[in-house]
Amino acid sequence: MITLTVNGDDRRIDADPDMPLLWALRENLGLPGTKFSCGVGMCGACMVLVDGIAMPSCVVQLGSVDGAVVTTIEGVAADGVLSPVQQAWIDEQVPQCGYCQSGMIVAATALLAENPRPSDRDIDAAITNICRCGTYPRVRRAIHRAAEAATGSGGDGR
Amino acid sequence: MSMRAGRLTRRAFLVTGAAVTGGLVVGAGYLSSIDMTGLDGFANADGTVGLNAWIRIAEDGTITFAVPHIEMGQGIFTALPMLIAEELEIRLDGGNIRVEHPVDELPVYANYTLALDMRPEEATGPLYWAAKKVFGIFPLIVTGGSTSVVGSWWPLRVAGASARLMLAEAAADVWQVPAGECFGEDGHIVHRPTGRRLAYGELARAASAKAPTPNPPLKPASAFRLIGKPTPRLDVPAKVTGEAIFGIDVALPDMVHAAIRQSPVFGGTVRSMDAGAVRSMPGVIEVVDLGDAVGVVADSYWQASRAVAALPVEFDDNGNAGGDSARFLADMHRALDATEAHAFRDDGDVDEILAASDRVVEATYETPLLAHACMEPMNCTALFRDGEAELWMGSQSPLIARWGAQSGAKLAGTEAESVTTHVPLTGGGFGRRADGDLARQAAALAASVPGRPVKLIWSREEDIRHDTYRPHAVSRFRAALGLDGLPLAWDNRVVSQSLDRSYGDRNLPVGGGNPAKDHFSVEGAVDPAYAIPRARVELVDHATPVPIGFWRSVGHSNSAFFVESFVDECAHAAGIDPLLYRRGLLAGRPRHRKVLDMLAERSQWGRPLAPGRGRGVALHTAFRTIVGEVAEVTVGVDGALSVDRVVCVVDCGTVINPDTVEAQMEGAILFGLTAALHGEITIEEGRVAQSNFYDYRMLGLADAPAIETHIVPSGEPPGGIGEPGLPPALPALANAIFAATGQRLRALPISKSALRVA
Repeated sequence: MITLTVNGDDRRIDADPDMPLLWALRENLGLPGTKFSCGVGMCGACMVLVDGIAMPSCVVQLGSVDGAVVTTIEGVAADGVLSPVQQAWIDEQVPQCGYCQSGMIVAATALLAENPRPSDRDIDAAITNICRCGTYPRVRRAIHRAAEAATGSGGDGR
Repeated sequence: MSMRAGRLTRRAFLVTGAAVTGGLVVGAGYLSSIDMTGLDGFANADGTVGLNAWIRIAEDGTITFAVPHIEMGQGIFTALPMLIAEELEIRLDGGNIRVEHPVDELPVYANYTLALDMRPEEATGPLYWAAKKVFGIFPLIVTGGSTSVVGSWWPLRVAGASARLMLAEAAADVWQVPAGECFGEDGHIVHRPTGRRLAYGELARAASAKAPTPNPPLKPASAFRLIGKPTPRLDVPAKVTGEAIFGIDVALPDMVHAAIRQSPVFGGTVRSMDAGAVRSMPGVIEVVDLGDAVGVVADSYWQASRAVAALPVEFDDNGNAGGDSARFLADMHRALDATEAHAFRDDGDVDEILAASDRVVEATYETPLLAHACMEPMNCTALFRDGEAELWMGSQSPLIARWGAQSGAKLAGTEAESVTTHVPLTGGGFGRRADGDLARQAAALAASVPGRPVKLIWSREEDIRHDTYRPHAVSRFRAALGLDGLPLAWDNRVVSQSLDRSYGDRNLPVGGGNPAKDHFSVEGAVDPAYAIPRARVELVDHATPVPIGFWRSVGHSNSAFFVESFVDECAHAAGIDPLLYRRGLLAGRPRHRKVLDMLAERSQWGRPLAPGRGRGVALHTAFRTIVGEVAEVTVGVDGALSVDRVVCVVDCGTVINPDTVEAQMEGAILFGLTAALHGEITIEEGRVAQSNFYDYRMLGLADAPAIETHIVPSGEPPGGIGEPGLPPALPALANAIFAATGQRLRALPISKSALRVA
């Protein structure tokens, strides 16, 4: 039995400890916002925060995170209020197909937690998620926008 | 040849002919009975009412739009509601709007715009009356060819206006006033003389019984409130909270999960498997031989994928293990000199002019196979019970999915008499989801556990190795330049693998078309906008066992690279600026010239660049839309390439949602640049050598250029936007590299070539 705190709730999962966290979230806990795409930890569609750190959940074994605090896309908004990143995503109309966007938003959330005013270069280094629809220019704009909203100043931080 | 006689025309006429004949046999009344207007109202069991095939209104005022096109990122779940809302006189931002892909496959949802290659408003007269109805019989529901807005522009505004008039009549009954005194405004019918108002929700039931107006007057463009205004997408909020449900997210009671392993060699089949070796693994329910693949059904996807990986299987390669990309390429080059070729265009005298010229430019280009790599891996959930199949899948065509499911049922030794398809959101389609393979496999797996839904998910490795690939091609040009440097004669021979044949053989009851005359292999090459006095454009088909499929802009992605690279070479041979050279070839093409002129201005075309930097231009027309792009690159002394900026000018006629046009241009450009820079699927020993994102590379955020899109204001009817931004990106990039380095890259992807600054 694995115990996790997921989006603030204590959850117990009876599953193979070798199973990736991704499938536990999607199938055992009914949280399908975290997406499967490459299965090898490269594309970022499955990113979640594990103890505050963005990780590709498709290569994180369930047994290795026993007791961890996990935040998925479903837990990014607090009490139904969109986070600054999510709001910036809407304001910049970032998603197209939307499939990679859960992971993008989680990755951006982690970046801004660590670096509240990232430069373009910081964004280049931190956001390695793959988007096939080509939302990258808008992702970049939305991260700057979220940074401005959260830090409340007018400079663009680039 | 006329490009209007286009995409699926051969099949369209086959099918039309057959059905018109059939119609005569069963009586003309049969075709008459097929409703291709969709304007009648109806009442639903759930208390909602339909005002027509696209609009459902609940008493609380919630409006649900049925959009028979899959939302795969292109914004169609917003653009089509905008068309309806414009005439219906409602807001889209009031929180009462739902959009869904209808489960009912109504005849009027048939995409005859794609099949006939005609706008609905153009397809009039008795022949087209019959043809439309024939496509309604299946019905041919399909999202592709950048046709959704083109085909909906007229019918959906009519639907909105007709529904509004029905609501006005219902209100007029209530108030006992002439309907002509009532008008629609913000979800209400208003009585003009008295200012009385009734909400649509209150009127809907009575309105649904009113007779529709088949040809209601439509607003002039000057009166548009929504069309042409940047409008937030209706699907975006759910896509930032994780609530959006994609095909892979479907959850059903009692559902089980499946994974498969397909024959690594194309055309291979299962010789033997040892199901007993995995039956005792945790969660395993069934082990299924699918003929060319093996599948495991289990309690969870993880268990299914572990078991299928462990399953001992032997595949027969059926003689197809010799397939090899290097050999395909050599064969395609040899085929350039084949004695037999099909001429799609021959203006005459081409050989004579070339023979007499002392200014001949010649070049040969090549492009590889490409995968789609949709972010959402291929998947399909199927439920099979008592001869009925139900599917949940991101399908670009429920018709193809139905045929796929029926063939899957046969494979399992049973029949699917009816197939119901639910189409959720999907994580990218790009043409890949127009195939029936997933429905076939999922239906066969579901038949092994009747009554339980089976969710089949392919691994990324299966996805890359069993895609339906963008055709590979080789294209040779010879042009004789006149004294002004412009081409007098133009000889182009294309060698490519037929999409029509490969796709049709896999998916259509009538099978594939004649590969020697496949229009997809030369679309965009036959009739460039340029005035070329004498042209000949020919095709030689090159068959391989590799499955070929639709891909974002398909043939255009090859043709634009070939034609626009070669025009660039001609310009340089003539010593003329490449943008001015193109302008010189566009006499009598004011829309194209306007795109180029705007492009020159916005890209600051003439402004000098530092050494190692270069600009390249390309212009291409596809899917009724003209796109010009200028790419700006830097090549470092170490040969490192940076794509710094792409300026895009698009003339897509009337714009529905400008923000979506911009997003689609950005997306198509990045899709095209990814292909140009990195995209290559190679075949070794009959199988695909790549398997995941580490060897089938995608452009990342850090490498994405700044993109500026400018839209040419236009009152013309709308063109497509999902695909046409892609083709020019490849040649614009290659031409920019030439400008920066003097290196002419004639083979894609660019990553194969070492760049050096001259």
